[in-house]
Order: sequence, then C-alpha cells, then structure tokens
Amino acid sequence: MIVRFLDIAIGGLLTGGIYALIAVGFGLQYGVARVLNIAHGEFIMLGAFCAWTFFTKAGITPLVSMVICAPFFFAVGFVIYRILYKPLRTSSESAAVFEGNSMLASFGLLFVVQNIALLIWGAPVKGYTYLAFPINVLGAVFSANRIVTLIASVILGSAFYVFLMGTRTGKAIRAAAQDADAAELMGVRINRVLALCFGFGTMMAALGGLLLSMTSIMLSPVMGMQYTLIAIIVVVLGGLGNIKGSFIGGFILGLVGYVVSSVQPGLSMVAYYVIFLFLLLVRPTGLLGK
Amino acid sequence: MNILEVEGLNKHFGGLAATSAVDFHVEAGEIVGLIGPNGAGKTTVFNLVSGAILPDSGVVRFKGTSIAGLKPHQIARMGIARTFQSVKIFSKMSVSENVLLGHLFGRAKGSVISDPARGETEEILDFVGLAGLKEARAMDLILANQKRLEVARALATHPDLLLLDELMAGLTPTEVAKAMELVKSIRERGVTIVMIEHVMKAIMSICDRIIVLHHGEKIAEGTPQEVVQNRTVIEVYLGE
Amino acid sequence: MKSTGKRYRSPILLIALLVLLVGLPAYVSSSSYTVILVTNILMYVVMALSWAIFSGPTGYISLAPAAFFGVGVYASAILSESLPLPLVILIGGLASFVLAYLVGSATLRLRGMYFTMFTFGLVELVRNLVHWWEVNITGTVGRLVVSEEPITVFYGMVVIFFAVLLGSYLITRSRFGLALRSIGESEEAAAHTGVNVNRVKAVTFGVSAFFMGLTGATMCMRWSYIDPTTAFSIQYSFMPVLMAIFGGMGHLYAPVLGATIFSLLEELLTTKFPYYYMLIFGLTMLIVIVFMPYGLEGVIEKWRKRGKGGPEDVAYDAEKR
Repeated sequence: MIVRFLDIAIGGLLTGGIYALIAVGFGLQYGVARVLNIAHGEFIMLGAFCAWTFFTKAGITPLVSMVICAPFFFAVGFVIYRILYKPLRTSSESAAVFEGNSMLASFGLLFVVQNIALLIWGAPVKGYTYLAFPINVLGAVFSANRIVTLIASVILGSAFYVFLMGTRTGKAIRAAAQDADAAELMGVRINRVLALCFGFGTMMAALGGLLLSMTSIMLSPVMGMQYTLIAIIVVVLGGLGNIKGSFIGGFILGLVGYVVSSVQPGLSMVAYYVIFLFLLLVRPTGLLGK
Repeated sequence: MNILEVEGLNKHFGGLAATSAVDFHVEAGEIVGLIGPNGAGKTTVFNLVSGAILPDSGVVRFKGTSIAGLKPHQIARMGIARTFQSVKIFSKMSVSENVLLGHLFGRAKGSVISDPARGETEEILDFVGLAGLKEARAMDLILANQKRLEVARALATHPDLLLLDELMAGLTPTEVAKAMELVKSIRERGVTIVMIEHVMKAIMSICDRIIVLHHGEKIAEGTPQEVVQNRTVIEVYLGE
Repeated sequence: MKSTGKRYRSPILLIALLVLLVGLPAYVSSSSYTVILVTNILMYVVMALSWAIFSGPTGYISLAPAAFFGVGVYASAILSESLPLPLVILIGGLASFVLAYLVGSATLRLRGMYFTMFTFGLVELVRNLVHWWEVNITGTVGRLVVSEEPITVFYGMVVIFFAVLLGSYLITRSRFGLALRSIGESEEAAAHTGVNVNRVKAVTFGVSAFFMGLTGATMCMRWSYIDPTTAFSIQYSFMPVLMAIFGGMGHLYAPVLGATIFSLLEELLTTKFPYYYMLIFGLTMLIVIVFMPYGLEGVIEKWRKRGKGGPEDVAYDAEKR
C-alpha cells in the first residue's frame, strides 16, 4: 500500500517536473511581458526535435544538447520579442488591446513554427531512447531518463529562482512583473527586460521539450499544443504571475496526470481540462494568486 | 418612507477597509449628498448599492427589499440607476441609441425598437438638454454633454433612485450651474437622488441632507448647515 | 437606428448574388471543380462571418471554431444514415450551440484572456474525448461517412450562407444587437442599464457556434472518411480568425471579403506550394496583426472617408478588438 502510494507520488513528480519547467517559462511570458504565447508548445516541440536530430544524426547526447540549445533558443525568443511583440506593444492603444493582438500574433507564430517543423522533419512520428535502464527508487521502479529529467528540472528551476532573487536583472524582472511602466520610470530598460523574459521563456520551453524527448515519447510536429494547454492550466492553477505557484502547480498537475494515466490512459488531458474548468468557475486567481 | 437603507456595510480589499460599518438611510424624494476626502469609500458605497461588488457583510434594502447579492442588471431593473465617475457612455453608438438602450432594458423593458420607444427617448433627451444632438456619436460630445447623456440613459430606465457619481467634476462654473438645475428638475420628476460630489457649492445649495465619510466610516450626517459646523468634518477637511 | 440605405449598400446586390449562386449549376456542370471551389469558399465565408458575429462586437477572441465545426462533422457522421439530411445538419448546429452556450456561461464571466485560453483548449478537449470514445467504446478510430453529391453540399452551403447573413442582419437590427454593442463598449455600464450581460454573451457565442456546427455537418458530406484529427483540425480555428482579422469586422462585407480572398489564395497555393502555404498564412497573420490591425476594411473605410466627417455607419465595433 505504501509502495503503491510512493509509486504514484514519485511518478507524479517525474511528470510534474517538466510541467513545472514549461509552466514557469510560459508564466514569465504572460506574467511579465503580458504576452499570451500560445505558440509556447511549439518551442517545446522544437527542443524535442533538436534533441532527436542531435542524437540520431550526430550522436550528441541530450544532456550535451541542452548546453547547445539553451543559448540558441534564448536568442530566438529574444529576437522574436524584439521584432514581433515590441512593435505591437508600442502600437497598441491599451494593455487590453495589446493582450489581444499579441495573442493573435502568437497564434500566427504557432502556425509558422509548426509548419516549419513539418517541412524540416515531416509528419511521421519519431522517437529515440536514451538512458532507458530501470532504477529502483524506494521500492518503485522507474526509468533512469525520467529521474534525470526531474533532477534537471529541479536544477534549472532553482537556478532560475536564484537568478530572479539574487541578481540585478532578476530584480528588474520582478519589478516589471509588478508594473512595467513604473519599472521603466525607475530606470529599468523595460524593452530589454521584456525581451529577456521572452527569451528565458522560450529557452525553458525548448529545454523542457528536450528533456521530454529523452523519455521516449512520440515526437510529432503537432505535439506542441497539448503542452501549451498544460502550461496554461498550470499557470492558472498556481496563480498568474506567481513563479513559485507555477512550480507547485506543475507538480500537482503532474501527479493528477500520472494517476489518471494509470487508470485510464488517454483521458489525462480531459482531467486537466476539468481541473481548468473547476478553477475558472471557483477560483480563477489560482492557489497562490491574490 | 425610506427608499434606501444601508446597515453595517462592510467591504475590505486586501487588508484595507474600504467601508466600515456604514449606516444610513435615504427617504423618498430627498437629494442626499455623499462627501468625504478622496479614498473615503464613497464610490465603494455606490458600487455596493448598485451591485457592482458584493459586501463582506451588511444589509442593503431598497424599498424594503434586501438587494445585497443581486446582480447589477437585476438591481437596475428594480429601479436604481447610476452614473460613473469616469463617464461610461457607449462611445461609438449615437446619443439616441445610448438612451434607447436604457429604455429597452430598464424597468419599462421595452421589447421592440418602436416608435413609442423613440418618442420617449426624444422626451428624455429634451429634458436633459441634448435635443439637437440625437444622431451625434457619443464620443464626439464635449464632456458636459457626455455627462448629460449618461444621466439621460440612466433616466430612461425609469429609476426611483438615481446615484450620481461626481456629476460636476470637470465642468466649468456655468456648466455646474446648469447641472445643479438639472438635478433639481430630476427630483421634481419624482426620482430620489444620492450624489457624490466634491464641488461644495453644489452640495450646499441643493442637498437636503449630507453624509460624510472618511476612511470608510461615516463621521457625520445632517443638513448642510449642521455638517459645515461639525468639528470632526472641519478637522478632516483642513487636515487633508 | 441610422438610415438603412448605407448599411446594406444594395439589397439588389444581395439578390443578384443569390440568383448567381442558385443558378450556378446552370452554367457549369453540377459536379465540376467550380461547384466544389465555391462550396469551399462558402464554407470559409460562413465560418468567418459566424466568428465575427460574436468576436466582433464583444472583443472576446474565441479560438474554438474548430471544436464547433468538428461537433457538426461528427453529428453528421453519426446520424446521416438514420435521419433526413436537413435534420442532421440542424442537429449538428444545435449540438454546437449547446456546447458553446455552456462553455460561454461558465467562462464569459471572466476576463477575456481566460476565455480565450479556454476556447483554445476546447478544441483539444473535444478531440481527445472523441478519440477516447472511439478507442474505448466504438472500437475503431475514425469512421466512414455517407457522402453526397457535390451539388447537394453546394446548395446546403448556399442556404447556410444566406442564413448567416440573415441572422447577422437581424441581430444587428434588434435590441439584442444593441445590447451586444453596448457590451463591447462598456460591460459595466451595460449591466447597470439593465442588460443581462452574461446571458447576452453566452447566447451570442452559442449562435455563432450554431452556424459553425451547421457548416461542419454539411461539409462532412463531402468526405468519405473522417477521424478526430481531421474533423477537429486547428486549421478550422485558424482560418476563420485569420480571414476575419484580415478582412475586418465592422461591416458585413468585411469578413466575406477576407474569407473569399483567402479561400481563393488557399486554392491557388495548394497547387503551387503544397507544403508552404500554411506557413505563408501564418506569416500573413503576423503581418496583418502588426501592420493592418483593423484589416482590409480599415484601409477601405479610411479611403472612403477621406475628406468626409460624420458618424460612422458601423454594424460592429471595428476598432475594438
């Protein structure tokens, strides 16, 4: 009985780690830059495919790919913010208009990225295996790659948290999250900070996708959208604008997903959605939101 | 007869008490002023009465019936209308469409955009002084006229109680005088009025009674003469 | 209301269009490419118009058209062998209406972005549910459907097209339409004027979905096989939104124009750049959002009003999105 419970708890944690990571990235983009980036999942997909390409074509292991992909995707996100969202922010008459326009722009971005992926990698499903040997954790057996993803997520999440709390740029980001205009008046170079946030968000998405790909899931160019949804639900669950909340929410949702998958595979998305609906009806501010 | 009764009205936002145990009543046919320094909780009281927000605790009774917890549109259809501090007219609709909406969805609940409905719209526009601007787009009006439009729209819902939130703000002295006349003639039509104001001249000359709020609490109540001589009120206003 | 003359530039134009469409098979063979092309164009036109019925005046951006379209498709697939065609199509529309009304009642009370997020997920949700149902209960994913003659589908879409136009027109002219526009301007003021804001929003969302369901049910008859992925393809959400944004949503002609242009473009590009055309459309969305936020209509109206002043004669609120 205890083993079963532990089995579920750890399984949930493993799933949740990645959810937390991608949610934090999404939360940065929405909470600070106020961009509802529904193309977020597409960068998760790209990260996964990069890992696949590096591993199957060049023999580069995913953990090494992380080092290559992190700065690359950070730069991609940074540039996308500058050329797409920054002009929108300037031209939109109000915050509400910007929210709508930037969301629509992200919708367009979704199609652009998804179709680029389709062109490069084609529609057929792909996958690879890495570190697939079993490890015994407190009586329950899990695949090594899943444990690695959990460790990596925790390390990345903690590193980012330290960055947010400890550095000047981190402080600027937190100020911008509260009130971007006020932060700008106090001397923060707001456009740079917002672009940085977007870059971090994209980077975390790609790294999340990379880690995901290690766990032998099926990769396809259309896999992104469900992860965008998961990110959205986690962020709402944890409370919009709350980084800690996103982390906790990710683990909670991961747990739910793992439980539902063990009982009735194929219904985990439905379960997430029910949670989402429940949240919106009862407590839209989330667990930790105000 | 008390048209409005408020007892023990409490509302907190975060840790801040917006209103604290506010008690007052309004008799039918009165013009009551609601004054106080900025942040005193005046608009919050309006929001609590009109249903825009829910009280934490307390009672709000309109014509004897409890209305706390009802939605704004339900309260509007019962006979309470209001205007807003930042004039909320329907900018891209015409003046007559703004008023027509009040007629169609207010207490009379007209079901069809008909000639009688238009007739009444014209009468109200005449009454507030916007007769010549029927087809103008609301956003093109000057501020004074936009405020009149908001009042016209409110009147079109056939209210028994009208809540005016800073009607005189931003008006020139001439416009203020005209607005004061308008308020008095609204009362003559049989509508009870509660008005939030900072323009003291208006408050003093047209209100039957004044309620003073400060930091969410009622600190004084009485006729204009009584309130003006009240020591607490003087301290509060001089101290600000 | 303002003078009727301008709002429908010419009822004559509409009658001419009706005659043209109904009489089309007289000049071309009834299973020709033209009939199929026009059917496709009508599909997109109806989807774009339906989307604009709700998202235009209220400013709430729905990403759910694919969900409602797909519900119609599946209704048709399941029922077309047992019930007469018109009834099947109607049921498809009604099922979508109910779904939209429920979703709308739950989520339209909240800020616009929550609603948008939820509608984005709705497509995935319904698809997942249908997929699960097919795997676990029906046994096979996807199903064969009875297809009809292209000409039947064509006439079906013509009827739906005119129904949407009529519906749009009636809504605009009615007190319901007035309430809708007031909600788009200021929900709070509308509520305090006696408008039951949440109900109006939910009903309008439902009406918009109704037409999308009708369309899905009708278009299903053009295919011989459907499965969750094709019925609920995100393309059916993206294209109407792109077309309405590109065309504009102020006057009735605007989404029609946007939809026609893009359907023709799609037709053209699928033959020349089969793998690139969705990419091009994605880029188009980006360009339109950044450079033409009021759409083609914004450009057209600016050109028409050059030098003229006066109140704008607008059915929806083109400038609020």
